[in-house]
Amino acid sequence: MLNLEGVHAYYGYIHALKGVSLKVEEGSIVTLLGANGAGKTTILKVISGVLKASSGSVTFLDHDISKLAPEKVVSEGIVQAPEGRQIFPELTVIENLQVGAYTRRDKKNIKSSYQIVFDYFPILKERQDQLAGTLSGGEQQMLAIGRALMAKPKVLLLDEPSLGLAPLIVKDIFKIIQEINAQGTTVFLVEQNANQALAISDYAYVLETGKITVEGKASEIKEDPKVLQAYLGGH
Amino acid sequence: MVAFLQNIIAGLETGSLYALAALGLVLIFRTSGVINFAQGEMAMFSSFIALTLFQHNMPYPVAFIGAILFAVALGYIVERVFIRPASKANLVSKMIITLGLIMIFSGLATAIFGTDSYFFRKAITADNLNAGGVIIQPNALFIIAITLLIMGILFYIIKKTMVGIAIRATAQNEKTAKLMGISVSKIYSMSWIIATVLGAIAGVLIAPTTNISTAMMMDVHLKSFIAAVLGGFGSFIGPVFGGFSIGVFDNLVGYYISLKWKTVIVYGLLILILIFKPTGLFGKSYRKKV
Repeated sequence: MLNLEGVHAYYGYIHALKGVSLKVEEGSIVTLLGANGAGKTTILKVISGVLKASSGSVTFLDHDISKLAPEKVVSEGIVQAPEGRQIFPELTVIENLQVGAYTRRDKKNIKSSYQIVFDYFPILKERQDQLAGTLSGGEQQMLAIGRALMAKPKVLLLDEPSLGLAPLIVKDIFKIIQEINAQGTTVFLVEQNANQALAISDYAYVLETGKITVEGKASEIKEDPKVLQAYLGGH
Repeated sequence: MVAFLQNIIAGLETGSLYALAALGLVLIFRTSGVINFAQGEMAMFSSFIALTLFQHNMPYPVAFIGAILFAVALGYIVERVFIRPASKANLVSKMIITLGLIMIFSGLATAIFGTDSYFFRKAITADNLNAGGVIIQPNALFIIAITLLIMGILFYIIKKTMVGIAIRATAQNEKTAKLMGISVSKIYSMSWIIATVLGAIAGVLIAPTTNISTAMMMDVHLKSFIAAVLGGFGSFIGPVFGGFSIGVFDNLVGYYISLKWKTVIVYGLLILILIFKPTGLFGKSYRKKV
């Protein structure tokens, strides 16, 4: 569904991605693991069109999206819940969700999307008129995911949804990610929290300093001694 | 009491023009982080367009609308030609560009319209009203009313419509706004257009007081800045409040305390306010939660 082929990308002179190839199959949850600075967020930036790949291709449903502006990528159906939540603090919860639906043309169906988001995250319904900046970290993460869902994405990109959250909340959020996937949304998950991410994923890649070093079924990656050492805290 | 009310009305009249211009500054600042130092000059240019149309025997409303249409084009062109190509430059560079625009517009205006000062009529020329001794110029009422109307519409757009939410989202977090599918460059373009129009309206309405000349907007432009700072660059309602209060205060201090010292007193007080409330009266600083 979403394919990256030999993608190179630079920040100025820094060679951040050195020929990354990966595939996200329709209906699956794919996880990208890697340490800080490995280039995980960079990959998402390239997919979303915020950073242009210097070479290589990004295709979605068999057509090239590497030259599209970020807002066009959203219209294609690839929506990101960015790292660090990045909710709009001075908009209310409901306005944040409205922004998520900005590119939607089927205005009539937007109401039912609110309902879907509120079903996943009932707390957002309770807080809908509150300024988003006053939400707790976990609630903000829920809002970031809900906001992305409002765009009715075909592929949902999640950048470290567990960052800075209490373990119990992380567990909840991963459960909901699984549910969202079960309802038919493909999920591309970027995480450092390898244990939990692998537990819900079908396939996984490991990124090290701009290169994919390991890939395979999530269940196999979990047993891979190299990965165990580096990301799962060893035994 | 009569003198007091008289001063209040006069203050509201000029204050509403400061407020309009300040709102333009804040709109551009909030969406793109740039302070448009050339807003006064751009408004002056639009006012000259109104004057030229009027001198060519167009009726006043046509001249007014002509200036607004010109402002729409001007705002669009300035953003597209001067600001957008520099989108990767830092904010200081962009502000320097707007400083350069001051020279371009004042130079062009001198070349095209000359250095003379021209009289320009009021929007409403009906006879003054007398309300229990308080002399009210219908033109003053018109200015206050039209300002409130424009602000009402603007606030409605900003608060209630999808475009307004997109403007506020862009103002708060441009990168994420893009990720949500908002065409940020369109929002910038629009904010420049709206701001230029607000400036032009302020220019055409102040013209009967200042006359139309290349230096006509100096006072309004400066005070609109101060209004924006006083109210807080971080909010939309702040500059409006700031504009009205500077207008009213200026008049009251001038009448009751000292005409000579009014500028010193008013701005002295402003500095005092900013010492205690550095973000402006309506500026908020919210805490970030992790």
